[in-house]
Amino acid sequence: MNRHLLSAGDLTRDDAELVLRTAEELRSLADRPIKKLPALRGRTVVNLFFEDSTRTRISFEAAAKRLSADVINFAAKGSSLSKGESLKDTALTLEAMGADAIVVRHSASGAPHRLAHTGWTRSSVINAGDGTHEHPTQALLDAFTMWRHLAPGGAGKSGGGLDGRRIAVVGDVLHSRVARSNALLLRTLGAEVTLVAPPTLLPVGVEGWDVETSYDLDSVLPKADAVMMLRVQRERMSDAYFPTVREYSRRYGLDSRRMGLLQEHALVMHPGPMVRGMEITADVADSSRSVIVEQVTNGVAVRMAVLYLLLAGSSEPTLTTSDPGASE
Amino acid sequence: MTSYLIKNARPYGGEPTDVLVRDGVVAELGASLTPEEGTEVVDAGGAVLLPGLVDLHTHLREPGREDAETVDTGTRAAAQGGFTAVHAMANTDPVADTAGVVEQVWRLGREAGHCDVYPVGAVTVGLAGEQLAELGAMADSAARVRVFSDDGKCVSDAVLMRRALEYVKAFDGVIAQHAQEPRLTEGAQMNEGDLSGRLGLRGWPAVAEEAIIARDCLLTAHVGSRLHVCHLSTAGSVDLVRWAKSNGWNVTAEVTPHHLLLTDDLAATYDPIFKVNPPLRTAADVEAVRAGLADGTIDVVATDHAPHPHEDKDCEWSAAAFGMLGLETALSVVQHTMVDTGLLTWEQVADRMSVRPAEIGRVADHGRPIAVGEPANLVVFDASVTRVVDPTETASLSRNNPYAGRELPGRVVATFLRGRPTVLDGKVL
Ligand SMILES: [Zn+2]
Repeated sequence: MNRHLLSAGDLTRDDAELVLRTAEELRSLADRPIKKLPALRGRTVVNLFFEDSTRTRISFEAAAKRLSADVINFAAKGSSLSKGESLKDTALTLEAMGADAIVVRHSASGAPHRLAHTGWTRSSVINAGDGTHEHPTQALLDAFTMWRHLAPGGAGKSGGGLDGRRIAVVGDVLHSRVARSNALLLRTLGAEVTLVAPPTLLPVGVEGWDVETSYDLDSVLPKADAVMMLRVQRERMSDAYFPTVREYSRRYGLDSRRMGLLQEHALVMHPGPMVRGMEITADVADSSRSVIVEQVTNGVAVRMAVLYLLLAGSSEPTLTTSDPGASE
Repeated sequence: MTSYLIKNARPYGGEPTDVLVRDGVVAELGASLTPEEGTEVVDAGGAVLLPGLVDLHTHLREPGREDAETVDTGTRAAAQGGFTAVHAMANTDPVADTAGVVEQVWRLGREAGHCDVYPVGAVTVGLAGEQLAELGAMADSAARVRVFSDDGKCVSDAVLMRRALEYVKAFDGVIAQHAQEPRLTEGAQMNEGDLSGRLGLRGWPAVAEEAIIARDCLLTAHVGSRLHVCHLSTAGSVDLVRWAKSNGWNVTAEVTPHHLLLTDDLAATYDPIFKVNPPLRTAADVEAVRAGLADGTIDVVATDHAPHPHEDKDCEWSAAAFGMLGLETALSVVQHTMVDTGLLTWEQVADRMSVRPAEIGRVADHGRPIAVGEPANLVVFDASVTRVVDPTETASLSRNNPYAGRELPGRVVATFLRGRPTVLDGKVL
């Protein structure tokens, strides 16, 4: 593995499978009375959030604490609209505090990349979502969720990837960091990806992404093994990306009629936060097909795996749940 | 005034000769001239001799951003790069939209004395795109402004652009348009193409430039005026200018050195040193602008030298300022991209970087032939050496040099402004 996790594209297939296997081992911790491992004792993980995202921050915080790391939450004010000096100054401060890893969320695409490559800090940098660029740990947790349900052999037992599985990613691909990271990672793991959106919400150059694209959700759903609905902000309407919320929902929303087009085993996913009634109806989100709640649980395990693999400096997971040191 | 004998220089890269510079003019040309008493000898060692370069597009930042550049430091950088005249863009603070401001800039240039400074006047008051600035007053001022531009912003209102084009006919002015359709480029960060989508950086489509160029060419033809297209950057823009010229319309165009060399894939570093307006484009665009410059569709190379203080580039991409330095590297980049590739001769380089920009800017004493009796505005350029660009070695106050660490050919040995050296032995005097 690289020292940083900036893009899902940084992960080789071996890297990605290692994260998934490690996450599977760590996930079993959640079922035990004492949920802590000593793996990162004495190490410091900083959650550096320039953008509010309580759910992602809490997920990383829980992951770091379960590995016994010291966690510092740093909610920085400052955005790409004001001068970006604060990113550098903050990085220098954290460097002085001896952060081993910086988990960064920023509204500017490439901000984690800058942190990792400018010499402002020697810490490992983990991208927790940057602008409209990427969100690699979200893609890992999504892949992990799919893998547990869909991997050949079932329940992730066989190792391997998601070869031949068909995943539809639906919605505002243009502005979605989740879509970018998912497209990259799912292809690495051998899945076939179809991005579904109105033409206005597909990026120029998407032909080069090694994925299928479609404007027609109904034609994609019957073949899908999982469908991931992306959040669509109502404000996109005022920028003329689509005429009305109602028309968007009618053409690209997942309601119970559309859910009926899915295969028996197909999963319904959403990276959250959902806009119920816009891209997904409440009954679909709460249905038995939906693994949206499980995605949250899996998020902690995957982030533990990432922190462990980046910081414990091991290329192989040495954790076993029977390790006596593990449950102290 | 000291006389200078430039020994063994090759005018336009041709046969070596000696050049005697006396009383501000080229006094003698010929093999083995003997220096008179008191004449200083400059050994060119077979270097190329060109007429002093003329930049149609320089940001000197004074008044207002003297932390980034001043007229003095910017013109030092210009001399270092072989320029004897620069056109100072109007987007200062206050904006150069009155006779008072353009005369101030012009006077600062005279006082600094490193090269001639021709202020560009703003087209609209405060670059706001709403009301014409007093173009006539600037034309009639001591600065004798002939080039008008809202550069940094596009004169996007079609009626205002039409009126500006018409109005400057009264004093043989030219409107230099920064072609950028504002609605198509709101929040735009880099060339819209294969890479912008992957990097999650808001795309800047070629059509935003081309639509304005097409419109302005038609307006220029309609009112019979003169249009100059600033820093065109796309293959489509080259085609449009070629089309306008083929119709006999009075349209000229410039390309920057960086658009001749650098491509949008540099944005993948997220290093804002490569953030510039218009954005770096694709390799196909680079090929097209080189071809356009070679066949004369693009008239001139203009630097768009845009100094920025360190903190405006030492940040995340979207927070950074647009622009890069260019004066000190322009001739090297042109050698690298156009001469060493066989696309231009040195005589054509002189045309694109001195003769044509002087004609477009209506600057009488620059861009003249290297001939006896002509003003001694000259640059001695050693094309045989290479250098690794070090951003700290600069006369500019700023360091935002996109070529840092690159090897580029050529080095300015000496620059003469009306017979007086502004650079000797590669050093600004
Ligand atoms: Zn401009």
